Amino acid sequence: MKKLAAHVNPVPVLFVLLSLVALHYSEMRPVFVVSEVITRFIRDGVMVLALVIPVNAGMGLNFAIVVGAICAQVGLVLAVDYGLGGAFGLLFIAVIGVTLSVVLGALIGRCLNRVRGREMITTIIIGFLATSIYQLIFMVGYGTVIKSKNTEMMLSRGIGIRNMIDLERFRNLLEVIWMVQFGELKIPLFMILLVLMFALAVSCLQRTLWGRRMTAAGLQGERVELLGISEEAVRRQAIVWSTVIACLGHILYIENIGMLNVYTAHLNSDVFSCAALLAGGATIARARVRHALIGILLFHTLFIVSPQAGQNVFGNPALGEYFRSFVAYGTIAVALIFNIRRGEERMEDSE
Amino acid sequence: MNSGRFSCGVVGLFVVSMVLAAWHLDLPLPALAGDTLIRLAMNGVLVLSLVPMLQAGIGINFGLPVAIVAGLLGMCLAVNWKLTGMAGFGAAMAMTVPIAVCFGYGYGRILNRVRGREEITATFIGFSFIPLMNFFWVVAPFTNPAMLWPIGGQGMRPTIGLKSTFDKVLNQLWAVKLGPLVLPLGLLLFFLICCLAIHLFFQTGTGRAIRAVGENEEFAGLAGIDVHRMRLLAVILSTVIGGIGICVYAQSYGFIELYDAPMMMALPAASAILMGGCTTSRTTISQVVVGTFFYHAIYILSGPLANQLLVPEVAEIFRLMVTSGVILYALLGAGRTR
Repeated sequence: MKKLAAHVNPVPVLFVLLSLVALHYSEMRPVFVVSEVITRFIRDGVMVLALVIPVNAGMGLNFAIVVGAICAQVGLVLAVDYGLGGAFGLLFIAVIGVTLSVVLGALIGRCLNRVRGREMITTIIIGFLATSIYQLIFMVGYGTVIKSKNTEMMLSRGIGIRNMIDLERFRNLLEVIWMVQFGELKIPLFMILLVLMFALAVSCLQRTLWGRRMTAAGLQGERVELLGISEEAVRRQAIVWSTVIACLGHILYIENIGMLNVYTAHLNSDVFSCAALLAGGATIARARVRHALIGILLFHTLFIVSPQAGQNVFGNPALGEYFRSFVAYGTIAVALIFNIRRGEERMEDSE
Repeated sequence: MNSGRFSCGVVGLFVVSMVLAAWHLDLPLPALAGDTLIRLAMNGVLVLSLVPMLQAGIGINFGLPVAIVAGLLGMCLAVNWKLTGMAGFGAAMAMTVPIAVCFGYGYGRILNRVRGREEITATFIGFSFIPLMNFFWVVAPFTNPAMLWPIGGQGMRPTIGLKSTFDKVLNQLWAVKLGPLVLPLGLLLFFLICCLAIHLFFQTGTGRAIRAVGENEEFAGLAGIDVHRMRLLAVILSTVIGGIGICVYAQSYGFIELYDAPMMMALPAASAILMGGCTTSRTTISQVVVGTFFYHAIYILSGPLANQLLVPEVAEIFRLMVTSGVILYALLGAGRTR
């Protein structure tokens, strides 16, 4: 029994138990919960997958996936500005977003190579800085330096973009493909397959020669230089991949919602994705694709049912909300406190 | 040139150019200077609270919300018992201290477990502590109706006005009016006394031991210093000063802000101390004063300048940009010199 406990990560088990208890008290219909979880799965799935690579490269949780989300939003705003729509529009957004992500990802990678051992706090700060620069550009730069073709999305004073942009041209573009209906339950099969395809791609990427080099760099640190692997380049590329995947993931997220909250849509995507990955059983030193997939399901189940459970048990829905935020931040805090030992040993080894 | 001094110089030049721009636009400089001094002393103690942990080599205290919550609890108790004026403010601080010692002890124990990655762990301890306390604020058994929701009488309000208790007691203590400039002598004096106390503490044996741990942990251990104990002590000290800092902040602001308000308060404080030229290896009290002054000069000047030049929203975004930019620069600079 003790041996079994050593092999099972307690975090996913805890999440399953909490979800079941909350589900019981929320008195929600399972069909509704399942359909909500499927929606969250296709919205946030790819974003969580973006975290897997940097963790295995030994850089910890990459909170700078916010930058990838920002790149996606830049693409979206430009597409709306030029009046693009449909599949071509999506392609345009992806090209703009990925190009930007590659450039910014390489830049972030360079920064992170300078702050060994403090990557995570640096990525958080990079996320904050990127958010404020992004807001500055779209709230002030648009209308003064950059001229907009689409006056509908501008604020009435002529400077700055409206908070909300309607993405009518992109709504229900991908969801309706292969939509299967089981009774009340609608399953967008294509979207689910798309997320699983991304999962497969990440998994394959880690099995390539590059992926093996990256894992070696993650496990051995600077020692891999002896094998002729440039550790700095591998780490930089890991962040580029992560940013690109995050960008594509955020495009799917916004496309699925059908509205773009220009200044706030990308906030919190980092914390929730990290918490989801950890809920699936990953640690800050080792993550697998299955951790990401299981984690999204577990984390979002708990997320959906907890406000209603709070309402039913304590008579106050706010308590459920606080519980949600506590779970999101607390999962990361606990992972940092209890998993730090492994990272520490590795760092001492490499010195 | 070390990165701390360089960033201090750049920020200083930037402040000077902002002052020149404000002068050029005929903004009321003396009034702005008075506001800056008030904000300096109002936020100074919070910034000062980062010093012990920096000296002990733990790094920037991104878990400042823990300390702030201790201060909020102390103030809420004082308001609950309707203690007013200077006595109320003193009681709030007196009740903050034991709470902060307890919080700091637990927080310090955790930080001792996660050596080498204290900053990121502290950030998330702070972040997760806030929703945990939100539970408490909803169910807390406080009885003063001025603090509770008017309807239902259960749960604390998000902002509690201090008008009837200790609003601006320090700000108005010995406030001297020189033409358009108001000098809050009492507030400034309080801040300076706090600075002096910390400075003197680091001259004592215990203070020196904490500094030795920060400079070289292994050497300090060999010299017979209990490293764990000194680090714990530094965290507790940081938490206590942070708790007092939020009391000073709240009395000057006029409101106690509960729930999610303390969440992001660590960043401005960290940015301020880094603007003063602090590096993780060396921190002085003068850096605290200079850095906080620069940060709040930028804070005060950016508002009216943005109004005059561009769009009003720029000020807030710009402040956030400067705040995180300075911290990022310091992180990158520290990485290079290592």
